[in-house]
Amino acid sequence: MDFDLSDEQRLLRDSVDRLIADRYGFEQRKQYAREPDGWSRANWAQFAELGLLGMPFDEAHGGFGGGPVETMLVMESFGRGLVLEPYLAAVVLGGGLVRRAGSEAQKSALLPRLAAGELLLAFAQQERTSRYDLADVATTARAQGDSWRLDGEKSLVLHGDVADTLVVAARSSGERRERAGVGLFLVDTAAPGVARHGYATQDGLRAADFSFASAPAAPLGDPAGGLAAAERVVDEAIAALCAEAVGLMAEMHAITVDYLKTRKQFGRAIGEFQVLQHRSVDMFVALEQARSMAMYAAMMSAEDDAPARTRAVSAAKVQIGRSGRLIGQEATQLHGGIAMTMEYKVGHYFKRMTMIERMFGDTEHHLSRVAALGDEPAPS
Amino acid sequence: MDLHFTADELAFRDEARRFFRTAFPESIRRKGLAGEAMGRADIVTCQRILNARGWAVPHWPLAWGGQDWSPVQFYLYEDEMQQAGVPEPLSFNTTMVGPVIAAFGSDDQKRKFLPRIANLDDWWCQGFSEPGAGSDLAALRTRAERRGDRWVINGQKTWTTLAQYADWIFLLVRTDPTVKKQQGISFILVDITTPGVTVRPIETIDGGHEVNEVFFDDVVVPAENLVGEVNKGWDYAKFLLGNERTGIARVGTSKARLKQIRELAALEFSGDRPLLEDPQFRRRLAAVEIEMKALELTQLRVVADARRHGGGKANPASSILKLRGSELQQACTELLMEVAGPWVLPYRPAGARRNEPGGGPDFAHQAAPAYFNMRKVSIYAGSNEIQRNIVAKAILGF
Repeated sequence: MDFDLSDEQRLLRDSVDRLIADRYGFEQRKQYAREPDGWSRANWAQFAELGLLGMPFDEAHGGFGGGPVETMLVMESFGRGLVLEPYLAAVVLGGGLVRRAGSEAQKSALLPRLAAGELLLAFAQQERTSRYDLADVATTARAQGDSWRLDGEKSLVLHGDVADTLVVAARSSGERRERAGVGLFLVDTAAPGVARHGYATQDGLRAADFSFASAPAAPLGDPAGGLAAAERVVDEAIAALCAEAVGLMAEMHAITVDYLKTRKQFGRAIGEFQVLQHRSVDMFVALEQARSMAMYAAMMSAEDDAPARTRAVSAAKVQIGRSGRLIGQEATQLHGGIAMTMEYKVGHYFKRMTMIERMFGDTEHHLSRVAALGDEPAPS
Repeated sequence: MDLHFTADELAFRDEARRFFRTAFPESIRRKGLAGEAMGRADIVTCQRILNARGWAVPHWPLAWGGQDWSPVQFYLYEDEMQQAGVPEPLSFNTTMVGPVIAAFGSDDQKRKFLPRIANLDDWWCQGFSEPGAGSDLAALRTRAERRGDRWVINGQKTWTTLAQYADWIFLLVRTDPTVKKQQGISFILVDITTPGVTVRPIETIDGGHEVNEVFFDDVVVPAENLVGEVNKGWDYAKFLLGNERTGIARVGTSKARLKQIRELAALEFSGDRPLLEDPQFRRRLAAVEIEMKALELTQLRVVADARRHGGGKANPASSILKLRGSELQQACTELLMEVAGPWVLPYRPAGARRNEPGGGPDFAHQAAPAYFNMRKVSIYAGSNEIQRNIVAKAILGF
């Protein structure tokens, strides 16, 4: 049992931290946000050069064979920098689905280009009424000769506005919400029958809605049996979001502590007031508990046993949700009015944190899931 | 980074598990698992079994019976002991006065006291708090005056836990009232049967008798009972309180308690189904289990950090263990009351026979007393507000 990083992992963390320190100051970030895509293509090329875009993939597919701990390190650092680029959407979700569900030919065709920064992927899963149920899929897929055609609507496709290729969850058989019959399909966003509407999200990132009218598609794995892979990759994405959230929380706490030390009222630093001291300590407690669970989620997301993995990831999402809400609200309150302004950085962290709580199942959703799964299985 | 224990660690865990689950009387372990109060004989019996194996004082210096364990082994030792319901060695002996004597005592004191402390031949209690010195411990006023080769003690201590069983009491006393309050305090050992010592019980809201007031009227103590140097007692007290024990989080105890709550909730009916199948109850249980998991992992991180850094510098996360650990112990008592439902109400005096007709299931009689009793854990050993002051100082520097 240990929580140490290997030498390679330490090097990775240091290089990503350096990247964020060099390229992701608050003012620099504002510049990237003003670029046409809402993020920086130059940064993306830099990520590719550092090997970050191929991190989770096999060397045979242009990757570095990294595991969930490597993703955790990247995401935590990205959280501290409040990174705008589509890493979660393209690498963790899009690339993860290709890796978990794709054929060898599909992996060889897509992953090296993703790793090189030449291809952007996104996962089209959400529908207007599906809420947090991955099996709730109304979009249909039908075979037409050698090819497949999709019909339906997808929403909130993270960074779908710039994606070249989508992985779409669509139903080839069965009723809505039935587990069997859901497949994953590759769709070229430039293909006929694909309509796209991009927009900004509350945290300054981007998403898109899609409608498919007989859009050409290629199945990624079993056209009726893609749900397990989707669930697995979403668990990995949740673990990655937990790590990003820890980066956000750590930064919100650090900014707040710094402010308490420097802001003066009534002739002294406001951090001298015990009521504020204790609230900053409660933030710290929430942060450390969240950090523990983010590590747990990362390590358990590699678990093949689906119930054990799901229980652990859901438990982590609950902790992250609660800690993040407390830290975000308290960071705002302890700052006072300045935290309400767009020109001050803490509010941007709060906004991102708040959106993460609503992604891939909110706190209440995951609490219900843990409750339904029952007691933690005894460790072997 | 790896959550799994190594083969050696697993072997140690299994050895500890076997020992804790087979070498101790079942009747005592059952009480421990049910969260019932232990009697003096229970605690003495268990500590002597531990000591016979060399496991009563593993964190002491090797020369005085300590073990050369890794932090993970210490963690497994505590966790398995707590999960087995075995009462921990008496902390006043093994984590308080023992380490102080081992570190600052004279050779005579070490030889005279340490083996008896480890074997619980002498039961020690702690005389720190006073009516006017709680969180502000250094304001204590109990005085010791030097007369020839003796000290004469006058004053009062309070919240003295289990003084009714004690043979000895270790005291913080004021030996110089003219200097800054922390600089005039000494650490002294008193035979509790000395004339002039009076122990008066305090009945607590759970109906139990754990704590006492102890009065000192012209109590005469030989000079050699003073530990270390005169007026250095505050340093020794800080050493004692800083004897950081990750076990303070009581994760093992709370895990055992949650297991018990789950089992009982499967037996108690709410409408036409067991309470355990009520989704609302399950959510509340899950919420506590998740917090517990997070605390367990935080504790493991502190343990791992201690291993890496040799335990020298305290991990800031360690301060969380007391805060969250106490809150979760309390949360467990609330869940148990919820399981007991209306059967929380009947009061059964100590010593009443079990299985008397009426009044609900046996476990329910303990639910409210446990809830009342466990309010103490966020108050004692540095109240949670004091803990927050300590963390704030580390974070903010004020």
